[in-house]
Amino acid sequence: MKLTSEEQDILAGKAGPLPQTALRHQVKVGDFFGADDLVPVSQAHIMADTESLGEAGVQWLEQLASIAEGQRGVRIPTITDPRGTDFAYASYLGQTGAMVDLERRAIAAFVKLGVTMTDTCINYQTIQAPIHNEHVAFGDTGVVIYSNSICGARSNFEGGPSALAAGLTGRTPRYGFHLPDARRATLKIRVEFTPDTLNDWGALGGVIGRLAGNYWAVPAIEGIEGAPRSDQLKHFGAAMASFGSIALFHIAGLTPEAGKIADVAAADLPTHRVTRADIDTLQKSYRTDDRVDVVVFSAPQLSLFELRDLAALCDNRRFIVPLLAVTSPQVKPDSDRAGYTARIENAGGIVMSGMCFYQSYAREISEAKGWKRLATNSAKLVNILGGYGYQPMMASMEACVDAAVSGKLGRS
Amino acid sequence: MGQILIGKVFHARHAMGQVVRGTALVARDGFSARYDLDRINGTFSRPAHKLAGQSYVGKILVLDTAKGGVASAWMLHEMQSRGVIPLALVFNTVNPILAQGAAFGDVAMLAGFDEDITAAIANGAEVEVNPQMSTLTVIG
Repeated sequence: MKLTSEEQDILAGKAGPLPQTALRHQVKVGDFFGADDLVPVSQAHIMADTESLGEAGVQWLEQLASIAEGQRGVRIPTITDPRGTDFAYASYLGQTGAMVDLERRAIAAFVKLGVTMTDTCINYQTIQAPIHNEHVAFGDTGVVIYSNSICGARSNFEGGPSALAAGLTGRTPRYGFHLPDARRATLKIRVEFTPDTLNDWGALGGVIGRLAGNYWAVPAIEGIEGAPRSDQLKHFGAAMASFGSIALFHIAGLTPEAGKIADVAAADLPTHRVTRADIDTLQKSYRTDDRVDVVVFSAPQLSLFELRDLAALCDNRRFIVPLLAVTSPQVKPDSDRAGYTARIENAGGIVMSGMCFYQSYAREISEAKGWKRLATNSAKLVNILGGYGYQPMMASMEACVDAAVSGKLGRS
Repeated sequence: MGQILIGKVFHARHAMGQVVRGTALVARDGFSARYDLDRINGTFSRPAHKLAGQSYVGKILVLDTAKGGVASAWMLHEMQSRGVIPLALVFNTVNPILAQGAAFGDVAMLAGFDEDITAAIANGAEVEVNPQMSTLTVIG
């Protein structure tokens, strides 16, 4: 990789051991992908729940944080993805003291490194959305795909160590979706209908993700009518990233790089047709039971508008099955002030913040609470939780709330 | 799966890590440490995965593509710290997360071949991963 004189100084340790360690990692990754150089980035977003870090990852962070103050801070605004717990509900979830202690240690280390603990995977809705052509280093696949596709920003999937490295150096290797050529479509998707519910949008994203199939695939999508809402595209993108490892899509006439389909896609690209039946098939494939042990709204964290919709569905209801709604620390106070939290809790639900269900020791929660059959409207969540020993089932927000009342998920 | 062709060499476009030799565990399926693995017991745990129930510990995984979330970047490092980790990762296509995770967790990795590597390597074959030469060689 071609390094500037400043970058060579960093690599030589003249800026201290922390940027040196970070840049070494970036050069290793950049060389792997054949990056020519590094590109300055304006923000970094770190996925670093302690289920992923484990003791080894937290110890590594603590080593970094032990470097003298003044030599250990991030250079650019650097924020965090959801944590592994909401401390107020750790005991309820059956999380152990060791898990909570690991979380506290990781947070303390991040704070010493100058990281801002936003604990959110919807920073594009709540903190600061990047703008068209802005180079960023974002973690959380849902954040990356939304930022790349809807905002027109430029990011690869940056895992926790790499996002932290970007925060410490203010740059990242220039490969993948930082390069214009990689952003052109590799396949076309003709959608035969436009979904309405969040679960249908998520399922559509899942179907397209499976069709596209790998990180370097860029779907250009035709046939979406009207202007979808941010929450709909949030579920759409998060599911596409989850099912297919996709980091960028274009929607003709909607997303910033695709005023016309020809702006991003060659005429002779392979085209796939996606129908209503395809998304029904995906959702039905998860319907393995009628009974439900728990209902979870999470992945991505809920926006204020989703909580508003959920609160309306909870009025005059009484749950016999636990219902968890997970949001960001930025949205939660607004939900409290607007009365949404109280309306959900009056029905027997719980509103958590700063975590995400699958990033919070989901396997151990299942074992502690006896939760196996889980209903959700999140395609991303059903895709993940099978590996954690759950029987995840997918339905609309309305059907999930009904399931919390009756203990059974209706057939639609 | 392909037949064992001792001495056959496959060249990768992307390579990282140290030379390792071991038994190939092969499937035309994806890989995500978060989605697919029981990392405590060292097995594939997602029921729909083609390697469900099989141990990945000490194996050279030969799979189609990296899937899913960013957690794998931390998880390979954590798995390495407990010794419950594949010996190397070999993919037709890789995403940045697995490459970043391999860099952080010090795991050998090859990716990008001219043929479908999951069809070319027989499950159970003995192979050498040589990142310095960017090669995968069938040795037994």
